Order: sequence, then C-alpha cells, then structure tokens
Amino acid sequence: MSKIAGRFQQLAAQGRKALVPYIVAGDPNLASTVPLMHALVAAGADIIELGVPFSDPMSEGPVIQKAHERALASGARLRDALAMVATFREQDTETPVLLMGYANPVEHMGYARFADQAAAVGLDGLLTVDIPPEEVAGVNAELHRVGMDNIFLIAPTTPKARIESIVNQASGFIYYVALKGVTGAGNLDADDVARHLAHIREATTLPLAVGFGIKDAESACRVGATADGVVVGSALVDVIAQAAAEGASQEDLLRVAAELVASIRSGLDSIAS
Amino acid sequence: MTTDLNTKIFASVPDAEGRFGVYGGKFVAETLMSALSELEALYRQLADDQEFQRELDEDLAHYVGRPSPLYEARRWSDRVGGARILLKREDLNHTGAHKVNNTVGQALLAKHMGKRRVIAETGAGQHGVATATIAARLGLECHVFMGEEDVRRQALNVYRMKLLGATVVPVTSGSRTLKDAMNEAMRDWVTNVDDTFYIIGTVAGPHPYPMLVRDFQCVIGREARAQSLAQTGRLPDALVACVGGGSNAIGLFHPFLEDESVAMYGVEAGGHGVASGEHAAPLTAGTPGVLHGNRTYLMQDEDGQIMHTHSVSAGLDYPGVGPEHSWLKDIGRVNYVTADDAEALAAFHDLTRTEGIMPALESAHALAYAGRLAATMTPEQTIIVNLSGRGDKDIHTVADIDGIDF
Repeated sequence: MSKIAGRFQQLAAQGRKALVPYIVAGDPNLASTVPLMHALVAAGADIIELGVPFSDPMSEGPVIQKAHERALASGARLRDALAMVATFREQDTETPVLLMGYANPVEHMGYARFADQAAAVGLDGLLTVDIPPEEVAGVNAELHRVGMDNIFLIAPTTPKARIESIVNQASGFIYYVALKGVTGAGNLDADDVARHLAHIREATTLPLAVGFGIKDAESACRVGATADGVVVGSALVDVIAQAAAEGASQEDLLRVAAELVASIRSGLDSIAS
Repeated sequence: MTTDLNTKIFASVPDAEGRFGVYGGKFVAETLMSALSELEALYRQLADDQEFQRELDEDLAHYVGRPSPLYEARRWSDRVGGARILLKREDLNHTGAHKVNNTVGQALLAKHMGKRRVIAETGAGQHGVATATIAARLGLECHVFMGEEDVRRQALNVYRMKLLGATVVPVTSGSRTLKDAMNEAMRDWVTNVDDTFYIIGTVAGPHPYPMLVRDFQCVIGREARAQSLAQTGRLPDALVACVGGGSNAIGLFHPFLEDESVAMYGVEAGGHGVASGEHAAPLTAGTPGVLHGNRTYLMQDEDGQIMHTHSVSAGLDYPGVGPEHSWLKDIGRVNYVTADDAEALAAFHDLTRTEGIMPALESAHALAYAGRLAATMTPEQTIIVNLSGRGDKDIHTVADIDGIDF
C-alpha cells in the first residue's frame, strides 16, 4: 500500500479527516520551503502538497499565480522541488508528499527520468492539472513502475461515465474540485459538493479529498462533513505572501502558516466521528 | 519535402483523440473536458448539416465580403525580381483580417449551443475585434482578454472593441502578451463554462479547436486554389504565410497539401534575429512540449518553463504554434523559416509604396520572406502570399519606430 493510501486508511480508522495544505516550492524563497513543510506537519497536516512553479499556471487564481511568479523569481524549478522533498525526508520519513503542477516541466524532464528521481527523493504522488485521463498513459506507466500514486481530478462537470474511467486509473485518493473556477474562488457550495461526492462514491472506494474554495476551519468543516480530506491552498499561500510582503522573518512566516493550519486541524478534529 | 509522401494522410488528421501525429490532444483541467466533448460532438454534427453550411456560406458572402480577391502585385514583383507574386487579399475582409472567417463560424456554433456570452484572447487585437464584431451582430455579451503590453501597442483596436460593446480585460500576469491573455481566457472559461463559449482565435488550444479553426479558415486556400487556376491557368509554385499560432497559414496551405508541386513556407517572427534569442519562432528554434491544451513546438527553457517572446508584431508574439504545423514540420511537407523585425518593416514600407496596400506587420513577415524567395525563382513561376490583414492598426507602431510622435 502506498504511503498516501496508508495515511487515509489510518485517519479513517481514527474517524478523522485528512488535512492537505498546499504551498508553492520556492515561495517566497528557496530557503523557507522545507522549514514550512515541517511546520505544517507540526501544526497538523497529514499530507503535504507541494506546488511546482510554472510560467503559465492556467488553473490558478491570482493568489497562487503570484506565488508561482515569486517562486520562479527566486529560482525554483521542478528539480528544486524534488531536492526539497529529499531534504524534507532527512527529518520526516512518514508524511506523504505529492507534487502538484502542470504537464510541461514534467514532460520536459521526461516521464521516466522524473519517476526515477521522484522515487529516489521519496516523493509519494503527482498531480498534473492539465493531464486528463485521455493523455495520461505515458506518465502513468512510469509512475506505476516506481510505485507512485497519480492523483486525478474530478470536477463538478465530470459526467458519470467519465467518473468511472477516471477512478479506474487513479490511486491514492481522488481530488474533487469543489467548484467551477480557478483556485481561491469564493463560490463554494458544500451541499453541492456533498451531492457530487455521493455520486463519486458509487463508483469507487478511494478516499475523496476536496479542494478549491476552502479557506478556513468553517469551510473545511462544511466540506469535511462528507469528504475524507480537505486541501487548503490559496488561503495558506495568501497568509505566507502577506507576511513576506511585510518583511516578516522566517520564524514569523512559519508561525502564521502554522496558525492557519492548526485552526483548520482543530476544526476538522471537532467533527471527527 | 519527402517525395514518397502518402497524400491521403492529410485528410486523416486529427485522429479521434485530436492528435496530429504526436502533437495536439486535450491537455486541460478536468472541469473543461466535458465542454470540449460537447463542442466536438456538435461540430461534427453541424459540419455535415446543410442548413448550417448554408448559414455559414451566407455570412461569409454577405457579411465578411468573400471571396477575397487574388491580386497580382506587379510593381512589387518587378521590384523584388524573379517570380510573379499574387496576394490573397484577406485584408479586404470585414474587420480587416482573416480572423473573421473563424469568428463567424464559431459564433454560429455558440448560437447553436445556446450560449449567451462569448470570450476571446487577442494579441494584435484583430481576433478580438472580429469576435466583438460578431458578438455585436448576434447580441452576445463579449469579453476580450488582452495582455497589458498589447493593450498599449494596439490602442486603436482596443477602442474599436469598446465601440462594438465588448469589455476589454487587460491581463497583467506573466509577460502581459498573447500567451497570458490565453491563460486568462481559459480561467474565465473554467469559471463560466455553463453559459460561455470560448472563441479561440488560432489553430492552437485543446482539441477540437485546432481542427475547427482550421476548417473555418480553409476557405482562404479553397478560394486561392480556384482563383489561381482561373487567373493564371495553373497552380502556384509556392505559398507563403506568416505563422504566429498559424491560422492564416493553415487556412491557405491546407487545401493545397495534396498538390505535391506546391511548395509551402510558414514564416515565423525572427524578432531581433533567431541568434539573439529574442524572437517568436518555436518551429525554427523551439522544442516540443505542452501548453494551452496541446502538445506542440514551444519556446521553453531547460526546465520546461515557457520563455518570453519578442516580435514587432503583436499577433506573432506567441511562444507556441498550432499542433498541425508541428506535424507538418516533422513530416517535411511545409518549410518553416523566419523574417526578422527589420525585414518585416522594410516589406511593410515597400508594399505600401509600390502597390498602395498597407499590410499588417504580421503579414509583412510573409511578404519579406516571399520577396527573398521570389528572387531565387523565374518569371514563369508564381507565389501566393497570404496578405492576412491590413496595417492600419500598426500605424502607431511604425510611426514610433520611425521616431514620429502624433
């Protein structure tokens, strides 16, 4: 069983929800990312989702777009994200880490080379926003060769037949995109999410994590009531960006990030069954 | 080109997955996949629907003003020497460029799908104007995304779009040019996918766009082929068109692909020269990758990040290219070459002074290469150049370069 699947199973046994924070590798600078990852885990993160900076992040709202721009300006690239995972693993061999990004940097590195390096640094999964099931055969073969999960998105617009074909290729968990829109949008509808999750559960027993539009403990709990986990991206990236813009020390950066994650953790644990 | 080419392959692309060889495909977020499937199904149904085709033909004849003339540029041909050069006058279309051939077609699709709102990306503003125009005619809400840098250098077209009732949204992310406008249009589409039709302006983007934009633009080549036979008694020896995303080029080339005697040249923007690195020539100097929904040649760095591009012409200032061009390059059917900023500007002035036709700076790249090519050919031979747009929109850019302040 993969580390990601194991983590979800463990949480399910405890009646708890997975908390998956997202930060962009190299935002606001190269040195802060690994300390941030450890701080997020200490604050209650179950899985770390590390964004791979890309020049054209098409599915991102303004907050995460700017994070990609800052990360690129600080020099962070795919190989740096992999190196950060390796450094993180020196102290934390338990917490699953997945990379989230866009096809081109991975395609340019080469799927086989990426899989080899990812396995060597201790990465657990990959989520590429713009590689749908129709285009996934090449990368999936390489990821499976090294025992890595490929995390798929399901959207509110995904019809039933597609849900079935997606879950058949997925492993680890399914990432349900809570709304029609970009990351950080404000139109989250928890009832709508609950209805869609029920449909997806008819097709799979894989854990379902929900992202897009979850910004605090309250929204996390509304979604967590029916999901197996929540992903928090823009809200976290935003507190880091604001602290960085005010010239905060690294210690303060870690503190504001940890505070947000800890408050969502405590909210989610309050609805544990 | 390879001589044993099986000409039947040109009708076989894209395949069911939207691929041209290894290029093309559908590399988009899951939220858009069902919208693309819906569009493809409707398009395949309407492509064989006589009523739809009649509606499209009527719009092209009476609204766009087709057919556009094939005009022999005698004074300019004499000046450059060698082959006779004929200009396919897409600049004479309503709105002043080839872009409207496609927006008329896609707007009809939007109408059939019951969408009340259309969006578009634009570089030089010609596609934005063509979209705003058809939106005004059909009473559709229209938002056009345009890089802030292009808003500045194409102020005239920005105002034209506003007069037509469109909202122009300046895009401030990334390099603030066409690629960033396309990112932003995709973000809008993913948010408003229920009521919005995305009118993509070139033969790029996810399947089925490269196919359907090509099909709508092929009217250029179909007319040019018939006009060449009628006016010169033969097929041309060469075709020349500029390539940014590549819609005017594919529109001219495609109906001639099976004519093995016809050589084809797609002219990319050489900017300050390919060796300078400041250009927009992915087919000449790029490598394959994935951007904006398709696999194609891109200008990218060693980490797979998309590079900034440069061209004096906003419409060619794009780091990718339509996937069918990537395929045509690899199989050797079309030659991809470059003309730089200075050559394009010289051709702009030359054609204006010798023929009284002011070309768009995009089209001036094709003219510049055609002039070089003609000089290596004989007076018995002919070249058709796609004069894809008129140059009025570029007057401020040219004046700036000439040091003239209005």
